[in-house]
Amino acid sequence: MTARSPEHGSPGGELLQAHDLHLSFGATPALRGASVSVRQAEILAVMGPSGSGKSTLLHCLAGILTPAAGEVFFDGARLDTLPEAPRSALRRQYFGFVFQFGQLVPELTAEENIALPLLLNGLRRAAALTQAREWFARLDLEGLERRRSGELSGGEAQRVAVGRALVTRPRVLFADEPTGALDSLTSESVMDLLTTAARGAGTTIVLVTHEARVAAYADREVLVRDGAVTDRVIV
Amino acid sequence: MTVPKTLLGLLEREPSYGYELKRDYDTFFGRGKPLPFGQVYATLGRLARDGLVEAREPEPGSGPERKRYVITPTGVAEIACWLAEPVEPEPHLKSLLFAKVVLALMTGRSAETYLDEQRAKHLQRMRELTELKRTSGLVDALLADYGLFHLEADLRWMDLTTARLRSLEEAVRS
Repeated sequence: MTARSPEHGSPGGELLQAHDLHLSFGATPALRGASVSVRQAEILAVMGPSGSGKSTLLHCLAGILTPAAGEVFFDGARLDTLPEAPRSALRRQYFGFVFQFGQLVPELTAEENIALPLLLNGLRRAAALTQAREWFARLDLEGLERRRSGELSGGEAQRVAVGRALVTRPRVLFADEPTGALDSLTSESVMDLLTTAARGAGTTIVLVTHEARVAAYADREVLVRDGAVTDRVIV
Repeated sequence: MTVPKTLLGLLEREPSYGYELKRDYDTFFGRGKPLPFGQVYATLGRLARDGLVEAREPEPGSGPERKRYVITPTGVAEIACWLAEPVEPEPHLKSLLFAKVVLALMTGRSAETYLDEQRAKHLQRMRELTELKRTSGLVDALLADYGLFHLEADLRWMDLTTARLRSLEEAVRS
């Protein structure tokens, strides 16, 4: 990273940028010149058919995958050229993640699951659990602090996952089909809580979804088709 | 509402007699509701009055007295404008969305561009309805949900149509 602190927004308000990304898995191209910008505190929905490259784009923006060509910037500094160790540290410090399935550690209680990123960042257990417990009321999970993931419904488990993603107060939350396994009502509740919590904290969200009703919680959407981004400005 | 524009679109494809227009309309757009001949000629009369088509007089000795209709440059501009413009998102748009996609393909325009614009317009409306749900009571939320589910159904149809555009183009232009 450059000397500029990622605690502050970049000029023009663009927090994440991808330019002309290319990436293939074997002989199969996943990204073919994908470019996208995400503004500070914006909720961006990334839509597209199955296999269009939308999850691959998210993983490149989050520094999980490295594109074969192109550039990724986080807060004005190159992310894709960072070595794995500092990139991993940056992810832990500034990014949060919510996926569709299997995110909670089954041996841990709900509050321990939410506290986990804080513990990995070196916070003491008591302080981490105190911070984690603050999320239970916000996510409508009161009384479930000591439950293990097997004792939670799908919607409850996903709200715990949201809490775990937001507990470090990340700059960016990456959500890949966060409601893909939930029914309509539970999905709505998770999206309401996720977007309200993120907006309250000024967190930017990159939301990959194929569901229009989920994308409707975003400020803007882009469409990934055949590994490239169709970015339509909506007036 | 779509009949005048649909006939205009069919005429952009090629100049036609009234009975040819009725046949093509019934084949592609009628779907069990054939267009009455009276409505075909009344519509063509209004399109001619508005300068969007011209009725060519029949050539002497060319058989029965039939007028052949030709689209004017004003008519082409009118149909181009209509096909490029996404419709207001609301429930039950089937005939409008369908007519725009098929006519765009028939006249060699980009149906994909139209569908992308329409998708963006639908999603914008869905955002407004989602915000309404967040800020209103349960009764308004129920109404918003009705709109959201219908718009979502349209979007799913648009996604599938986009995936099938190449085959559709072959089907309507063959």
